[in-house]
Amino acid sequence: MGRIAALTRNPVMIALVAMLAIAGCASKKTPNSAADLGLNGAGAATPGSAQDFTVNIGDRIFFDTDSSSIRADAQTTLARQAQWLNQYKQYAIVVEGHADERGTREYNLALGARRAAAARDFLVSKGVASSRLKTISYGKERPVAVCDDISCWSQNRRAVTTLSGTGS
Amino acid sequence: MKSILKPLLMVATIVLGSMVGAAAPAWALVELNVNKGNVEPLPIAITDFQGGDALGAQISQIVTADLKRSGLFAPIDKSAFIEKISNPDAAPRFDDWKVINAQALVTGSVSKEADGRIRAQYRLWDTFAGQQMAGEQFFANDANQRRVAHIIADAIYERLTGEKGYFDTRVVFIDESGAKNARKKRLAIMDQDGANVRYLSDGRSIVLTPRFSPNRQEITYMSYESGQPRVYLLQIETGQRELVGNFPGMTFAPRFSPDGQKVIMSLLRDDGNSNIFAMDLRSRSTTRLTNSTAIDTSPSYSPDGSKVVFTSDRGGRAQIYVMGADGSGQTRISFGDGVYSTPVWSPRGDLIAFTKQTGGEFQIGVMKTDGSGERILSSGFQQEGPTWAPNGRVLMFFRDSNGGPKLISVDLTGRNEQPIPTANFASDPAWSPLLE
Repeated sequence: MGRIAALTRNPVMIALVAMLAIAGCASKKTPNSAADLGLNGAGAATPGSAQDFTVNIGDRIFFDTDSSSIRADAQTTLARQAQWLNQYKQYAIVVEGHADERGTREYNLALGARRAAAARDFLVSKGVASSRLKTISYGKERPVAVCDDISCWSQNRRAVTTLSGTGS
Repeated sequence: MKSILKPLLMVATIVLGSMVGAAAPAWALVELNVNKGNVEPLPIAITDFQGGDALGAQISQIVTADLKRSGLFAPIDKSAFIEKISNPDAAPRFDDWKVINAQALVTGSVSKEADGRIRAQYRLWDTFAGQQMAGEQFFANDANQRRVAHIIADAIYERLTGEKGYFDTRVVFIDESGAKNARKKRLAIMDQDGANVRYLSDGRSIVLTPRFSPNRQEITYMSYESGQPRVYLLQIETGQRELVGNFPGMTFAPRFSPDGQKVIMSLLRDDGNSNIFAMDLRSRSTTRLTNSTAIDTSPSYSPDGSKVVFTSDRGGRAQIYVMGADGSGQTRISFGDGVYSTPVWSPRGDLIAFTKQTGGEFQIGVMKTDGSGERILSSGFQQEGPTWAPNGRVLMFFRDSNGGPKLISVDLTGRNEQPIPTANFASDPAWSPLLE
């Protein structure tokens, strides 16, 4: 869990999570990147930094209910991610798959895993070396948005591309 | 860790002879037919056990609460009692109990032995037949006071219903605290009535879906402690943990086989789908049971070990399937309008409990093992994960409302829903077998 702790200590990640939570319950809009959330800190992040990836590229994609198909909007985000990851090859990558709460626990662990694999496969198809990529499923255990309606569920059905420090 | 289950207990069970009416009666004794559709709860008077200071009243209170929560008994308020029992071994004044419509009467006593053990005895009386129905005496060490009461409740339940009881049992579950987007989850165990909670993990890692071994003080569960989520075994008494198998990907949804020798679970494939494997705990050999490009998960053995019920979305959305324990003959059995998951085979073998999502609701239901005769027992906005009491008459599940999940029990009629008290939020309950 050291990696997760390290990420959440990152102030940008905390801001992003907080913004997602607020946006989630206040609006029906589905944000698809940090830029959609007004977090594109106008070049504040050093190019090639984890912050740059999260803020300027967008670290997450969203899925339809009970689906692991990569939507058109998500393909755009993943293509952008792949381009960045191919430029900054020092990072190892973990793709986290998540599900919303509208499914049972074990099924959602499997669904999250399938989403992570779909995102991983897309990145590989865009040239990211599969040796750099790992996946993990959190099922419905780590929601970012916590209200009880569709505006939150749509944000929790996600795959998040996380940079696990400089790769091995 | 303090030993939870070990200091076993019943050194001796002695059947107490009847003081009156030694010959079998010509008329039927009071009994409950739990197979009738609509059971009228049986009025029963449970007097305070004599002696043992507060312990006598406490035993009576635990027995009363157990029987009442079953929905099959209507304990009569003590303030209505006419006769004050002074000698629990002597025949009561049956007329005094008939007049308050107590069809059954429980008397008993408790005392401390010279060696520190507790001696508890009870007698069950049929007031209308004017006769003792049952009487037993138990010895237990001090730490097992509540167990003595549960064992007495089980004996009364069994004598009056003809079915095994389920009160001397425990439940493993996940204790949840903290905000929903940063939940702390701890493995925990308690008595089936919510008493004697003990924590089995420290909350630093996500832990999920604990399940009891049928014959050892052992559970299998899933944990994120190594980073990659995997299935583990935990010895409850020693705290010793062990990874189940050495698979490349996530392992999840574990359950024991009925003989306790295997763990069946899902293994994530590299393509993102999940298949079902069984692992022999002695030989460590694994057997693949499904091989589909779909999600196959939540396997549960039939009580004779010959079949496995599981969830699969191979037909599009999640449905329930049954196969042989070797993976043969995979057959879909759920065809209702909705999504089905978390199937669990009844310990009696006759029913499969499940979670069904339909019309924006989550329902807990049961069906026959061929998928026919579906009955919904409970509906709610967010609830899932049934587990069977060992007698196959009651289910426990968790319902998420008011900010987090809580445990609920429901009987097979669906009419008797009871909250299980827990200090924090609680999810993923799994019922133990009857303790020995």
